[in-house]
Amino acid sequence: MSESLTFHYNVDGEDFTSAGQASVQVKKNLRRLGIPPEIIRQVSIAMYEGEINMVIHAGGGDADVIVSEDKIEIILADHGPGIADIDLAMQEGYSTAPDSVRSLGFGAGMGLPNMKRYTDEMTIDSTVGVGTTIRMVVKLQ
Amino acid sequence: MTVKELCEKCGFTAVTLPESDREVRGCYIGDLLSWVMGRAEADEAWITIMSNINIVAVASLTDVACIILAEGVTLEDDVKNTAETKGINILMSGKAAYETALTISEFV
Repeated sequence: MSESLTFHYNVDGEDFTSAGQASVQVKKNLRRLGIPPEIIRQVSIAMYEGEINMVIHAGGGDADVIVSEDKIEIILADHGPGIADIDLAMQEGYSTAPDSVRSLGFGAGMGLPNMKRYTDEMTIDSTVGVGTTIRMVVKLQ
Repeated sequence: MTVKELCEKCGFTAVTLPESDREVRGCYIGDLLSWVMGRAEADEAWITIMSNINIVAVASLTDVACIILAEGVTLEDDVKNTAETKGINILMSGKAAYETALTISEFV
């Protein structure tokens, strides 16, 4: 693979029950490209957590997955409320998710920590009142 | 042991078995979905009492061998249909999560 390949998805902020469709589709596409299963697991879980966050907090957003020779890059961009304190948001167990979301099994404060856990690089660019862009990289050995 | 064999040996009810020949290696118990995604390993049996549609995506992404619904939890038809089409095995146990895990520990 000498050139990079980009998959783009719109994450629907209205439909909580369909959250995860983009991640499941990414998983299928990566499997077709012959990417190793453990890498696929890392990328798709990190992306699902991001997707869920966009649905819970930001009313949806855009997701791009860029596959190149040495890495897979995931870029998640939304126009939600932004994250006021990123260090606090990165702490396991910290969550601002509403009870309605918690009753579905989300909102445990593990989303951002899981995204970091499953990726080699992660940067969060967020402005309160403007939105959040998260860039994650999983290296291909 | 395969999911189908585990289902028969343990006396669970098969809710969906689109990939019944998958091997089960280990077990994870959890209801908080992000926690499950952070901790469950591929090919494990995932025991939960959660029954909403998101469990199908979590099972798919973590690549667990099957979901085992504990405490006799039942599923809505749309969840069942989605699991069938996404290739997710779901079993149902009438026992609590701990007892369900003890039962499968004899075989896994």
